[in-house]
Amino acid sequence: MINKFVASPEAALADVPDGATVMIHGFGNAGMPSALINALIAQGARELTIVNNNAGNADTGLAALIAAKRVRKILCSFPRQADSWHFDKAYRAGEIELELVPQGTLAERIRAAGAGIGAFFTPTAYGTKLAEGKETRRIGERDYVLEYPIHADYALIKADRADRWGNLTYRMSARNFGPIMAAAAKISVVQVSETVELGELDPEHVVTPGIFVKRVVRVAAPVRKAA
Amino acid sequence: MKKLDRKQMAARVARDIPEGAYVNLGIGLPTMVADFLPKGREIILHSENGILGVGPKPAPGMEDEDLMNAGKEPVTLLTGGAYFHHADSFAMIRGRHLDFAILGAFQVSVAGDLANWHTGGADAIPAVGGAMDLAVGAKKVLVMMEHLTKNGESKIVERCTYPLTGARCVDRIYTDLAVIDVKPDGLHVVDMVEGLDFQELQRLSGVPLKRLASAA
Repeated sequence: MINKFVASPEAALADVPDGATVMIHGFGNAGMPSALINALIAQGARELTIVNNNAGNADTGLAALIAAKRVRKILCSFPRQADSWHFDKAYRAGEIELELVPQGTLAERIRAAGAGIGAFFTPTAYGTKLAEGKETRRIGERDYVLEYPIHADYALIKADRADRWGNLTYRMSARNFGPIMAAAAKISVVQVSETVELGELDPEHVVTPGIFVKRVVRVAAPVRKAA
Repeated sequence: MKKLDRKQMAARVARDIPEGAYVNLGIGLPTMVADFLPKGREIILHSENGILGVGPKPAPGMEDEDLMNAGKEPVTLLTGGAYFHHADSFAMIRGRHLDFAILGAFQVSVAGDLANWHTGGADAIPAVGGAMDLAVGAKKVLVMMEHLTKNGESKIVERCTYPLTGARCVDRIYTDLAVIDVKPDGLHVVDMVEGLDFQELQRLSGVPLKRLASAA
């Protein structure tokens, strides 16, 4: 019997080694897998390479992981924010390496990894600093930049509901990077608000099919205000 | 001469967005355009994080942290709206499905080069977000910015001195003084604020402008 449910966030992340590449889902707080990040902090893995759109907000989640000095390098599109003080401090101190990637290129590099694509040409960033040193090609009337996939050892994802096969649904804009990160990582670990029996998720509404998911942990949802 | 304030600039841009358009609004000043879209036109706002049909701010107390815009502000979803993941969201952008991207800028060049992501300062932490994707991907790129810097220098320049977001990508510039189209043969003034004459706009801008016969 396939059963991807794991008892706790700690159990789901016990095997993360030092130096792992870890994708962390979320756009700001929407989709941020806080329970999994807290478990990763407690687990103690160091020298991590993190992939996220941002570089942490305020003092919790990814910001707390950076504050705990576990992150060697981060790939993201928008690190600098009003409340990114832990990243800002680490970056200015030279303690963290930044690979700045345009947001769509970040998404497509993650997608490419999960889809088995070796590289792709994108028009984004052509003629800018972020394309310096990269291979370019003129195709038809446009100029393109060659970009490579981003593979990960782990992806930490927050979804809404899951069954024991790992089929997932998401909630509103908290879907953001979940489906593509789940496919791009060797081991995708998902925290959900609710676990359900097989068959309870309408197959027409499954967003991430279970083949992309290795481990699922139920984490009680905070009290949610109506949308 | 009456310079437009930020709300008037947003209203001026909003007036030009037609029925049925799919539009992405950049963070900051462009986001204000949403408040001035003419009632009765169905215009669909796209947000990079995975929303089509972004609606107005929720009522106080009705915010949901799973529903926010690219600026991480709480929003609502219009009836008929949709959610999708990031790769699909940028396929919409890069794949030329959006009719308009409305972006802020530090500088725009006479050739339509856009600089809006990085001052290039040694101590500045760079952040780009979706700006470079929008610059190359939207069918029309509209820029909204003050015409002059705080020091009175034109933000429309011969060559951008800040790092580029995209080359030759801007179609139209809306400032607090004028509306200017970027065309292969140069900059065409489409509209000016009340009380501003073309010679004065030309003097303030410092780059060659052409005057459309229809411009006031």
